[in-house]
Amino acid sequence: MGEAIAFYSLAALILVFAVLVVSARSAVHSVLFLVANFLCVAVLYVLLHAEFLAVIQVLVYAGGILVLYLFVVMLVNLKRAPEEASDPRRRDRFGLLLSGAILAELAAIVLYSFAAPWSHTAGAAAVPGPGNVETVGRALYVDYVIPFEVASILLLVAMVGAIVLAKRDL
Amino acid sequence: MPQNPQSLFDTDELVINMGPQHPSTHGVLRVVLRLDGERVVDADVVIGYLHRGVEKLCEHRDWTQIVLITDRMDYVAAATNNLGYCETVEKLMSFEVPRRAVYIRTLLSELQRIASHLVWLGSHAMDIGAVTVFLYCLRERELALDLFEEYSGARLTYNCMRVGGMPFDLPAGFDRKVREFCDIVEEKLLEYETLLTQNRIWLERTRGVGVISAADAVAIGLSGPSLRASGVLRDVRKDEPYAAYADLEFDVPIGGAGDTYDRYLVRLEEFRQSTRIIRQVLDGMPEGPVMGKVPRLIKPPAGETYHAIESPKGELGYFIVSDGKALSPYRFRVRPPSFCNLQALRQLVRGHLVADVVALIGTIDIVLGEVDR
Amino acid sequence: MIDSVLIPLFKIVILLVGVLTAVAYMVLLERKVQAWVQVRLGPMRVGPHGVLQPIADVVKLIIKEDITPARADRWVYTLAPILVLVPALIVFAVIPIGESITMFGREVPLYLTDINVGLLYIVSVSSVGVYGIILGGWASNSKYPLLGALRASAQLVSYEVAVTMTLVSLILMAGTLSMVGIVEAQREAGLWYIFVQPVAFVIFLIGGLAETNRAPFDMPEAESELVAGFHTEYSGIRFALFFLAEYANMIVVSAVATTLFLGGWLRPFPNVAVLAPLGLVPGWAWFLLKTFLFLYFFLQVRATLPRYRYDQLMRLGWKVLIPLAIANLFVTGAARVLL
Repeated sequence: MGEAIAFYSLAALILVFAVLVVSARSAVHSVLFLVANFLCVAVLYVLLHAEFLAVIQVLVYAGGILVLYLFVVMLVNLKRAPEEASDPRRRDRFGLLLSGAILAELAAIVLYSFAAPWSHTAGAAAVPGPGNVETVGRALYVDYVIPFEVASILLLVAMVGAIVLAKRDL
Repeated sequence: MPQNPQSLFDTDELVINMGPQHPSTHGVLRVVLRLDGERVVDADVVIGYLHRGVEKLCEHRDWTQIVLITDRMDYVAAATNNLGYCETVEKLMSFEVPRRAVYIRTLLSELQRIASHLVWLGSHAMDIGAVTVFLYCLRERELALDLFEEYSGARLTYNCMRVGGMPFDLPAGFDRKVREFCDIVEEKLLEYETLLTQNRIWLERTRGVGVISAADAVAIGLSGPSLRASGVLRDVRKDEPYAAYADLEFDVPIGGAGDTYDRYLVRLEEFRQSTRIIRQVLDGMPEGPVMGKVPRLIKPPAGETYHAIESPKGELGYFIVSDGKALSPYRFRVRPPSFCNLQALRQLVRGHLVADVVALIGTIDIVLGEVDR
Repeated sequence: MIDSVLIPLFKIVILLVGVLTAVAYMVLLERKVQAWVQVRLGPMRVGPHGVLQPIADVVKLIIKEDITPARADRWVYTLAPILVLVPALIVFAVIPIGESITMFGREVPLYLTDINVGLLYIVSVSSVGVYGIILGGWASNSKYPLLGALRASAQLVSYEVAVTMTLVSLILMAGTLSMVGIVEAQREAGLWYIFVQPVAFVIFLIGGLAETNRAPFDMPEAESELVAGFHTEYSGIRFALFFLAEYANMIVVSAVATTLFLGGWLRPFPNVAVLAPLGLVPGWAWFLLKTFLFLYFFLQVRATLPRYRYDQLMRLGWKVLIPLAIANLFVTGAARVLL
């Protein structure tokens, strides 16, 4: 019962923050709402007994990536909106298309999960007791080590590329 | 999208005002910095916040009153200001000062050099973050001020010299106290050096920072330790001996690289040379009167003269024109070392970081009272 | 009811009061230690030898006018000090001060909670603290705070990497992320980890100085350069919050270092039987003593060293500490596998 209340109030908060992210007038405020959003998601993870994931969520997203977002938003002068010249209606149409696609995707997921209910046994076996650090570690470094390494190489390449682009004289 | 790919990541320049109210611009200096990130693209030095019109003021005082106005120029080195002025007027009058007075003047000006360098070292170190050194330096400076207080009764603006000689003879036991002071300074210098000279952080903050070549230093018109650190051997005490310096033996330390670290080393060595000079002066102190026979109303003959001395900060010159009739100078002009040295700041800070700016303001050793006059 | 609500509540209150008092007296101690180093007396007027000075300071800060610059972003400006302080305080939840003690016939562990990701929790919560600094500098709408905020955040983000790397090698040693578990592992090993991981210890110490913005890495608030850094525009109680957070963070770093490297509440050389009489001193006293030693080290360093320059600090972080930490990690990992 208590868990349900916590879940629904958290879900409501997450949605409210998500709406505020897109509706806030100042970009810095948007980033702040996004941070709040991520923190709520972290609490959601705690409710699911995935403490490790929660902590990583805070560390990587809230503490790392969004700090960089904040940097960019603070330092770039946003008054010079880049799309001033382009047709605003084209932008709207594009947004409509994109949100339609996401909506369709969500609907598909919901329909699919109704059609074939998710079996609890498969998930429950993956979380043996408190040691979810071990579980995540095993998943990343044993079961899915190749995708993990591929992803990290991709990130490394992206990082090097960004440095090459940004550095004026290498 | 910007057309030029280079400008894609360009950021705006940030203009910040450092001073006149800033903890480390040594008074009321204002530096307008144009920054690219933390790098200084350009700097504009704005002065005049402490302008009191000293030169004009002196043209309306009689010759004896001017001594006390000179106190207020470089207020951490009042004795050398007095010395420069008195010697200039004496030169104008072709007046021979008693030997004992000359020696006392030399003694006081070297004590002053130590006191002034202590202020410099302390504030320079504090700008770079070594707060402890600042308090240690002021502790020793206090001893020097005690000596000045004993001689002249004042601790900052001494008004301790007169045209024609010295107002008082040395108080009893002064000789011993000065020798003790020299011992203490030499001992404490080692303490400062332990904290700074070999300190990695200090080395990184000062070495290669604010390099100024010998040619540039001369072109800008630097003088004093800042000039000598660039490797130019120029010391008024050696080149145009005044006071008793012709009789004394001392070395003029010079640097090579012309960076902040060299300027630091040169000034540290000057501490040692100063104590060496002071000991010689005490040993060779002649007996006799301390005040020459000057007329009650000083009125130098018509003429003009320029006379320079080596103040702790550099070449302090007085250019005085007398018309031989009025009771005050016809024209009074000071060549203040701080003002001339400050001109190097713009060149020094360009391309360095904000953090270096404070180190560089410290390294050229300016006193705003003298810059603005 | 008593076990699940009252005792934790009681502990939270004690912890908060304790930390806040400790912070207030840290400020006094800092002034005193600096004064002693610099042949001064320090605060002497309020109470004998100035022992009541912290109270006077707090009262002053509370009743002072609280100014918000006219063109500041009001909300963010108010939020920033809170964002700095809250992470600094909630970190204490997982720091084990001692073993359990028996009180009124009830066994009470001397820590708020022992979660199995304790160390990561500390790292992640303290990484959130950087928001307060950036936002404080940005919301002031002033140039010096902005520069200070940029420096601070760049510094925090870079040193976090090195510090976290050293923590990973410690986790390898202990095989657990729980703070209590790490102390227990040291007891089993019979050795404080400072002797096993001296490199990690040094990196952690330097990184800790940098992360708490202490001298010689106090660039973000270098008063001789940036006036007061990111909190230049702050005054009154909001300034006090920043101040509190800074000292609370110092205590956090010291307490974490004590737990990880100096065996937390363990007595020195827990495996040497000759030193058993040292065990008479309760564990929490050892913990507090060790933490105090770290704090004293912080103060002494501040009174001794000049300040690094911003770019040199970054160079030290990225080119020396991080490679060193990674190398240390490799060596530790190899040793764990081979031995």
